[in-house]
Amino acid sequence: MIAFVLRRFAQAVIVMLAVALVAFVMFRFMGDPITNLLGQDATVADRQAMMERLGLDRPMPVQYFDFISRAVQGDFGISYRMARPVSEVILERLPATLELAAVSGLMALLLGVSFGVYTALRRDGWLSHVIMTVSLIGVSLPTFLIGILLIWVFAVELGWLPSFGRGETIQIGWWRTGFLTESGLKSLILPAITLGLFQMTLIMRLVRSEMLEVLRTDYIRFARARGLSSRAINFGHALKNTLVPVITITGLQLGAIIAFAIITETVFQWPGVGLLFINAIKFVDVPVMSAYLLLIALIFVTINLIVDLLYYAVDPRLRVERPKAADTT
Amino acid sequence: MTETLPKPAMERSGRFARLWGSDIAWSYRRSPVTIVASIVVAILIVAAVFAPWITPQNPFNPAGLNLMDGFTPPMTANEFSGNFFVLGTDDQGRDMYSAILYGARISLFVGVMAVLFAAVLGVTLGLLAGYRGGWLDTVIMRIADVQLSFPAILIALMIFGIARGFIPPGSRDQMAVWVLIISIGLSDWVQYARTVRGATFVEMRKDYVQAARLIGVRPLKIMFRHVLPNVMGPVLVIATIGLALAIIAEATLSYLGVGVPVTSPSLGTLIRIGQDFLFSGEWWIILFPAVTLLALALSVNLLGDWLRDALNPKLR
Amino acid sequence: MTEPLLQVRNLRVEFPTRHGTLVAVDDISFDIAKGEVLGVVGESGAGKSMTGSAIIGLIDPPGRIGGGEVLLEGRRIDNLPPSEMRKVRGRKIGMVFQDPLTSLNPLYTIGEQLIETIQTHMALSDSAARKRAIELLGEVGIPAPESRLNSYPHQYSGGMRQRVVIALALAADPALVIADEPTTALDVSVQAQIIALLKRTCAEHGAAVMLITHDMGVIAETADRVAVMYAGRIVEIGPVREVIKSARHPYTEGLMASIPSLSHEQDRLFQIDGSMPRLNAIPPGCAFHPRCPHVFARCREERPELVQSGASRAACWLHAGDRR
Repeated sequence: MIAFVLRRFAQAVIVMLAVALVAFVMFRFMGDPITNLLGQDATVADRQAMMERLGLDRPMPVQYFDFISRAVQGDFGISYRMARPVSEVILERLPATLELAAVSGLMALLLGVSFGVYTALRRDGWLSHVIMTVSLIGVSLPTFLIGILLIWVFAVELGWLPSFGRGETIQIGWWRTGFLTESGLKSLILPAITLGLFQMTLIMRLVRSEMLEVLRTDYIRFARARGLSSRAINFGHALKNTLVPVITITGLQLGAIIAFAIITETVFQWPGVGLLFINAIKFVDVPVMSAYLLLIALIFVTINLIVDLLYYAVDPRLRVERPKAADTT
Repeated sequence: MTETLPKPAMERSGRFARLWGSDIAWSYRRSPVTIVASIVVAILIVAAVFAPWITPQNPFNPAGLNLMDGFTPPMTANEFSGNFFVLGTDDQGRDMYSAILYGARISLFVGVMAVLFAAVLGVTLGLLAGYRGGWLDTVIMRIADVQLSFPAILIALMIFGIARGFIPPGSRDQMAVWVLIISIGLSDWVQYARTVRGATFVEMRKDYVQAARLIGVRPLKIMFRHVLPNVMGPVLVIATIGLALAIIAEATLSYLGVGVPVTSPSLGTLIRIGQDFLFSGEWWIILFPAVTLLALALSVNLLGDWLRDALNPKLR
Repeated sequence: MTEPLLQVRNLRVEFPTRHGTLVAVDDISFDIAKGEVLGVVGESGAGKSMTGSAIIGLIDPPGRIGGGEVLLEGRRIDNLPPSEMRKVRGRKIGMVFQDPLTSLNPLYTIGEQLIETIQTHMALSDSAARKRAIELLGEVGIPAPESRLNSYPHQYSGGMRQRVVIALALAADPALVIADEPTTALDVSVQAQIIALLKRTCAEHGAAVMLITHDMGVIAETADRVAVMYAGRIVEIGPVREVIKSARHPYTEGLMASIPSLSHEQDRLFQIDGSMPRLNAIPPGCAFHPRCPHVFARCREERPELVQSGASRAACWLHAGDRR
């Protein structure tokens, strides 16, 4: 158990170091940091002094290490475009993205699993066919078009819901939440559906095919032969076995939600970190870009780690044998 | 398809008839959805390729646009200039029909080139990993694993952002299309590499390959003669589905405003522009590009699905 | 004479396909008495397993019972609503599947699966059910059953798992246990043990056994009576001794001759030429006629029914005259 956790953890650290290297190279070599700080007409002496002050004249590994240690402390430098510390800007924007992602993820998970189980158990029901057809369209539509379609129907034509922004928000400590006001909640609906729909269809299809697979297994047949109730068979036996492989993919999907938030935030002008990142790319705001890169990587690596441990907790086979099945080689 | 027809039949029927009679053609004829999808794709490709000859204006040339023509609804003549536009115009007086064909041209170009790039890169790395094995294989597949755990669009966005950052500001717009192609291509090589690597492993274990190696046949020759032909089917399937993904990726990046420059809009850019006019009632500016993008992406996707099933009936 | 425990009357199992309906089990009838061990033998695809599945009501769609009836203790069970049928499964009829490696849910402990089954059919408290689970494990020869209760299936060997499966089948004291090729997936070394265990425990619990197998040797050692199936039909049925000593149907003769221990006088094992027809190509007349060494004109045209011949009954024109 401990060896398994440690190995996973080591892998996570290696991935983070690699991503940090990319972020560092961006930070250090993209554009000219000295010119960015001093302007075009700085003297050679001024430039030299600045270089020494920033430590840019030291050997590269030292600078890399320095970059990492500052990043660990939350220091990502100053945004070129906003002239404010990057960590401050990100912290300010993070609650918006996290709230959106949490609601979408929850929606995708709950609906995805329920629809998946339903369509697997009632394979030939008309409702299953409707759900499957809609999901097929959902998978092939690009996210931003779904968002625009929703805006068109619910904001433009029906006028029920706002089409952009977060509505009214309330500040609680450093966290600015939209959960506590009516306009905040209303503003959340369309973006959350847009962001969650794709992941929901993926989870649903995965749960459905896994469940169908499991329902065909001998142990389900044997459970039937033992006269267990269909409730016990479908939800006790089949669903638990279905969820083992589903956990992995679902976990990764939740990570993908944070990434896809970039698109949704652009469609709905949602003031989160995704929109911040897009603007950073447009204006080549390198410190923001590299900080976002590290943030996203951290989120993904953490989710991966949690998923692995969860997998381990659910499947007793992994606890005794060598944890081979969870390995991705 | 190397179908073994009796010899006289083959001589009589010729190449075309042999193709027509093959399994692939049979499954094509039996799938109306695929026929429709392939017709849609064919029309869009032809229209995009011949866009300059079948459109009334060049939407990329600002000098050719007349602001007076702006906001003309579809199938009507502009109230000031009297010019008629089948699909209407946008705020700049850009003819939507021309803009869509030119936009589809960019979308298709970027999509096809990105897929080519990804396929060549992926197949090469896959062959290398499978043939050499050892640490090279480990490194390539580790990178593939890590990359696969991030969504492709995020990878493309990151690479695009990084690559653009290293290009001097003056040439950013000019290079945008190529940067797009490379970013989308780099985000999508993993599947090719995995498939080819697997097939290479299988092939390498076969006796005749071992024998060929022993008598000193060059590795490249072994790869091209024995491994590549075996993986062409799966690679073609991945490439077709990859094309749909690449088109959507390009549209998404351009929609986000980080793809091709606004002066030469692709379908995604047109949709982005059109979204501004949703509330003011100029629905056609967004609708037609959106429908075109959808038709293109969906049709290519359907073709890919069909190809996958046709080449590997066991999967169904 | 008392009423048989199980009566199968003209049972027919069919599979609708695009190319017409396939008949997997064709008009078969037999009885099983209380406490009796009936062996059902035949090649794979002969319809043995399908018959077992039909009795317990677990034919996978699109397969269905196309005719006939199944009576358990005089009550029809083939047309019961699902909720009623569920009370028959496990409670009245237990089942043992072929592959113990896949019969147990890998995510639940042996104890959980046993207790769940016991409590589904018997109103027992948790502790009483647990006690019964331990007893059952002990009965099927699991050492230290108390501690093994918390083990997961993957911690057991194949033979051990099949013991657990037998315990599960007997969990609610059923009157009949259907064992579908219970040893096929096991190592040869443990096969005999498991068969002996199955026979002993079922006898102790007073359960009749329908033992489905392709191994005539197992039947010879275990069963009281035997039914030989070929291409969806019973071709011969009778007391084991009688069938072994004087097989009436040429197919049975062939099967007998293929048992190593019973054919010691031969230099090499006998083999029936050809193979059993596929379900979509069952020949007219007697389905066995293309392979039969004694085939004559009538076999190709008319299908023989089971007729009494000595102590057993056989479906063969060779014996059609015996009764008349």
